[in-house]
Amino acid sequence: MAARNVAMREAIRRALREEMRRDENVFVMGEEVAYWQGTHRVTRGFLEEFGERRVRDTPISEMAIGGVAVGAALAGLRPVAEFMTINFAFLALDAIANHAAKVRYFFDGMFKAPLVYRAASGWGNQATASHSHAPEPIFAHFPGIYVGCPSNSLDAYGMLKASIRDDNPVLFTESIALYPKPSPMPDDLDGDYLIPIGKGDIKREGGDVTLVAYARGVDWALQAARQLARDGVEAEVVDLRWLRPLDMDLVYSSFKKTNRCVIVEESLPMYSFGSEIAALLQENMFDYMDAPIKRVAAEDVPLPYSKEIELLALPNAQKVADAVKEIV
Amino acid sequence: MAAPTKEMLLDWYRQMVLIREFEETCHRLYEEKRITGVYLHLYSGHEASGVGSMAALRKTDHVITAYRDHGIGLILGMDPKAVMAEMMGKKTGSSGGKGGSMHLASAEHNFWGGYAIVGGHLPLAAGIALASKYRGEDDVTMTYVGDGATNNGYFHESLNMSAIWDLPVVWIIENNGYGMGTEVARASGQVELHRKAEAYGIKSFGRVDAQNALEVYAVASKAVEYARRKGPAVIEHVTYRYRGHGVSDKQYDARDDMSAELQEWMATREPIKILRDCIESAYGDVAAILAGHEADAARIVAESVKFAEASELPATYEDLMRNAYVASDLVHKSEGSVGAGID
Repeated sequence: MAARNVAMREAIRRALREEMRRDENVFVMGEEVAYWQGTHRVTRGFLEEFGERRVRDTPISEMAIGGVAVGAALAGLRPVAEFMTINFAFLALDAIANHAAKVRYFFDGMFKAPLVYRAASGWGNQATASHSHAPEPIFAHFPGIYVGCPSNSLDAYGMLKASIRDDNPVLFTESIALYPKPSPMPDDLDGDYLIPIGKGDIKREGGDVTLVAYARGVDWALQAARQLARDGVEAEVVDLRWLRPLDMDLVYSSFKKTNRCVIVEESLPMYSFGSEIAALLQENMFDYMDAPIKRVAAEDVPLPYSKEIELLALPNAQKVADAVKEIV
Repeated sequence: MAAPTKEMLLDWYRQMVLIREFEETCHRLYEEKRITGVYLHLYSGHEASGVGSMAALRKTDHVITAYRDHGIGLILGMDPKAVMAEMMGKKTGSSGGKGGSMHLASAEHNFWGGYAIVGGHLPLAAGIALASKYRGEDDVTMTYVGDGATNNGYFHESLNMSAIWDLPVVWIIENNGYGMGTEVARASGQVELHRKAEAYGIKSFGRVDAQNALEVYAVASKAVEYARRKGPAVIEHVTYRYRGHGVSDKQYDARDDMSAELQEWMATREPIKILRDCIESAYGDVAAILAGHEADAARIVAESVKFAEASELPATYEDLMRNAYVASDLVHKSEGSVGAGID
């Protein structure tokens, strides 16, 4: 099948635009999404095509963005609310965790809140501490919401479409570093191409060690796997794609084959994605475990401005490869 | 605005005595440990605020409030049995025992709920109003917010958003003098709370004596029509809570000045008495009708208690887990799925 390389930003834009064309109730709101054309240019051209009613610039009001999306969703719309970066979504944590995620439960199923929060995530180049977070696990902590974190263009396309069409609230993060990164998308892609919420994917097969990752971590895992292959170590790369629900069957089946695991994430190490996967593995796969589970994450420190020490704090492919070498 | 008819006034009386009976019964049941839980915020003293203002709404309009929500739900027509059962955490409760006192709602009455985080429901109100406007409907979202919440970021952001988007919201600030135990003047730089509307370019309909249902209705009617045609409106209802912040609130026992203040409000600004006097002065002897409403309220609430106490508690793992998520074909669930919820 013919394919061409598409940047993840373009794939997300395409998915969002197609969903807005498909369903009149889908609309976007957020800071600079309309006239500015989106801080990350995801909504470029949207204002022209859909107008101010469906492409809504908001003030710098994250608490309201978070909560207005809930109210609009309760009342029958399907908002796609953008947090310019996920760092600002902290301001909306109450709206997300206490309202979006719980409104169905505390009225025992009376209402639903079909909304998507989009947020650009990850550290930038010297963006400094308050603008350098990949805190997806914080949001995945709360039952009632799903969390999706794509690692390439085709996944982003199918995951965002599923998120918009699903009746549950979804927090959808987009790695800033992956926005410009091209990856193949089929030319004749079906507009109904959906990736089920909570379905992971094997991005590379291998029998010696399982690398579990999401979003940008998948890139580092794949780079590390190529490097390791030169030394005769075949790594299997499991891209969970969703932090909630977690497709642990995929991890378990890989682990039963490799008996070794390194977990890779862009976020911080304490109470993290890595902690969760490692805990689940030891609880459920103890008999298959031939080596300690290793975790590669950012260093446990706020990110500094200066380049050398910034890079020192962050995960990369080499750190992943080094961790693998400790257990194979 | 049409002046309220005799039938309307009598119905307001019916609603107000039902609320008072319901709330005072809740208070007694709490003292007797027949209602458990730490939160129970009663609407006693506030009745005219809700009754008078919601009388200005149409059936298709929307209502949302914070945690002092029993009266709001009853005014909108929620079944007292289902409300009382919710107080007791029963399966037959309006929220199946999942929500409790602070989370009443009724989809069939366009009552989007009681919410428990101060100010948390305010952007939801703006979102509900946005949905009306988006669809070209002219329904209004009536939103009750306490005086304390006007100091919270949600209030600022939500009112501002409603202003720039011309959303059909009536923001009703129920100023009962205290945010928990803190007097308005110690919590807010602007003590005329309706004037906060000016900061956002929102029209204020001023401060209303919310112990008088007729005055409340008169102003709410204007504000509702304004919101329907133009955009957001603010009203400040000056009212008083008879049972403290919540039933666990012992401030009235601890502070003589507050106890005296409460006695003063009850003696001179009692909303049910004010309405009764209005009806009697306009229509003469209606004692039999009013007594009928009082007897009905006592009977209805007694029946609600009986129903609630006879109802089953949710007790199974399935009861616990159900309705965290919407069941969906778009969600992959397998034996090893973690965090998907159960259908």
